[in-house]
Amino acid sequence: MSTLTDPPKEQFRLSMLLYDTRYRSATIQVIAMLGFMLLAAWLIDNTLSNLAAQDKAIDFGFFTESAGYDINQRLLEYTSRDSHLRAALMGLLNTLVVAVLGCITATILGVIIGVLRLSSNWLVARLMTIYVELFRNVPVLLWIVFVMAILIETLPAPRAFRGENPEATMSLADSVAVTNRGVYIPEPLFSRTLGDVHVFGEAALRFDVSLDLIAILAVLGLSLWGAHRVTLRANRIQEATGVRPKTWHVRTGIIVLPMLVLLIGLGFHLGYPALKGFNFQGGTHLRNSLIALWLALSLYTAAFIAEIVRAGIMAISKGQTEAAEALGLRSNRIMSLVVLPQALRVIIPPLISNYLNLTKNSSLAIAVGYMDITGTLGGITMNQTGRELECVLLLMLVYLAISLTISGVMNWYNEAVKLKER
Amino acid sequence: MKKSVILGAMAFAGLAAGAASAGTLDDVKARGKLNCGVTVGLVGFAAPNANGEWEGFDVAVCRAVAAAVLGDSTAVEFVPTTGKTRFTALASGEIDMLARNTTWTFSRDVDLKFEFAGVNYYDGQGFMVPKELGVSSAKELDGATVCIQTGTTTELNLADFFRSNNISYEPVPIETNAEAQQQYLAGACDVYTTDASGLAATRATFDDPGAHVLLPEIISKEPLGPLVRHGDNEWGDVVRWTLNALVAAEELGITSANLSEMSAGTENPEINRLLGSEGTLGEMLGLDAAWAQNAIASQGNYGEIFAKNIGEDTPVGLARGLNAQWTEGGLLYAPPFR
Repeated sequence: MSTLTDPPKEQFRLSMLLYDTRYRSATIQVIAMLGFMLLAAWLIDNTLSNLAAQDKAIDFGFFTESAGYDINQRLLEYTSRDSHLRAALMGLLNTLVVAVLGCITATILGVIIGVLRLSSNWLVARLMTIYVELFRNVPVLLWIVFVMAILIETLPAPRAFRGENPEATMSLADSVAVTNRGVYIPEPLFSRTLGDVHVFGEAALRFDVSLDLIAILAVLGLSLWGAHRVTLRANRIQEATGVRPKTWHVRTGIIVLPMLVLLIGLGFHLGYPALKGFNFQGGTHLRNSLIALWLALSLYTAAFIAEIVRAGIMAISKGQTEAAEALGLRSNRIMSLVVLPQALRVIIPPLISNYLNLTKNSSLAIAVGYMDITGTLGGITMNQTGRELECVLLLMLVYLAISLTISGVMNWYNEAVKLKER
Repeated sequence: MKKSVILGAMAFAGLAAGAASAGTLDDVKARGKLNCGVTVGLVGFAAPNANGEWEGFDVAVCRAVAAAVLGDSTAVEFVPTTGKTRFTALASGEIDMLARNTTWTFSRDVDLKFEFAGVNYYDGQGFMVPKELGVSSAKELDGATVCIQTGTTTELNLADFFRSNNISYEPVPIETNAEAQQQYLAGACDVYTTDASGLAATRATFDDPGAHVLLPEIISKEPLGPLVRHGDNEWGDVVRWTLNALVAAEELGITSANLSEMSAGTENPEINRLLGSEGTLGEMLGLDAAWAQNAIASQGNYGEIFAKNIGEDTPVGLARGLNAQWTEGGLLYAPPFR
């Protein structure tokens, strides 16, 4: 007689953690996790005890102390009596300025160069190849220093503009001065200004918002919306009757006229730079440290973006171009309407990395004396207060936050343009 | 019973003392080489010569300490540091001492936890401008572009000076003296400001030094001297008294020429104590009796070092001024060797 029994329920033995493939991977992961935690704990403990041995506890109190140093390029008001926190904010804004300018320029240059590299014109294609290989194979720091050296050594000093027969003269009807300290351009001024709004009172993070700027943006937004309505109406008429009414003069009028009225109302005029004392005064001063950093970062990153664009275009089947040609489209329309929109799907993910690289590379700013956040918080503040650990930790957090923001925005854009399967 | 308590207490005190001192002196002896932080290059103070050997006024302090500790003035590893990297290098132990035109300030001594061994150059911050600008005073510099080494006390003094005189300026932050020199000579800044000695040293390297003037204003006190980490008192003493030995040697008339003669013994007991023919000063420092002899033999006394590197007969051409011996109206004053 045979009895049917359930197969014996397998007893769990400790050795199974090692020999049973069902558990082994989990075991290894737990051990690795423990090891990692131990390492992290040791590092933190080591840091803290070493700091304690030097009698330096972690302390962010220095942030409220007066910074004591001046910053040449500042987007908000700042004096040497302001706190280290505000100095760090100035640096952060400077970092963002050069990152944004750099990303825009690098993208425009990169797309143009990437497209031209595929040109059927042999000379143009080879020239672009030389550009790409030249820029991406030399470290960006050298480009920054090189551009700065060119700006300093080849352009005239302000004192060359002085005297009866100056060696150098201002260009564009005496409105732009190109010197080895930077470029001075006219600045927009308002004689009947609406004033500023102070945000956060006297706090370290205070800033002023110009009401003139808000008014201009509001009018511009309304005008664009109106122009868009005109286009929609034209579309409707075209669909109903097959004839598209002329709209460009109406749209131009809607955009230009309210702006003109507003600018006249605010008393808009330009402030020209003029040589006064040692330097040009008045106007907007684009420092050569900013120009050098911006130019070098843009040119360098553009080489990488060009390669990405080239790869994106080559990923699009030749049939797409041929089909567009069969419809009678001209080649620049084929590129902008058919090929590039599809290529974006390939281009955007690696493009994000390049934006991040450009932003992080901007920390080389100190090579040309541009006061970005590495120069203020990670440079002078760290040096004057001796709080290396705190400053470097914060600096890492700031760059991490900037990078995550860029990558978040770009990922959102990627979602928006990626192939939608319906 | 009582004895064992005392012995125990002594042992504990010994352990505590051992733990408290980081033992840089022993480290240096064991390594057979002194790691000394200097500037990345300032002619007269610290710069490599044509053969790649470091020489200069600050370098001489490093060499003197190496000679006192190891008996060999060439047993030095020179670590070039910038204004920004110098303190991290010292605090992290990468270098044993820093001899780099560093101003002795309260916060560096107290808050940054360093120990200044003394002053080897009494300086002040000055301004250099091209002669053609026709500026005769720093107060006329309203609106000027000023090149400045970043991370230094001069940066803070500059902000204070312009602020208190109610004039504006445009700072151009620069990492090293060489970069500042390039920008200044190209006219990218009107003014270069740093310690007056540094300005003189920089000007000495120009093609046409006569085309540049140092303005009369000295806007700060900048006592420059070597420093070590806080809390290692034995090592601090070695650096401090080596520097003092160089100063005292000049006062006592010991030069590299008469050193061997004097070290045999003289009528002056302080010279004998200093040079080790009498007393046990070297032993107290944990060095051999000839420590000061070696230090002085390496580069000469303070006056000789000054004259050779930055004195009036050199291109840098600095007068002794405040850096004369106290007996000659200067500020140099070595405490007694007793």
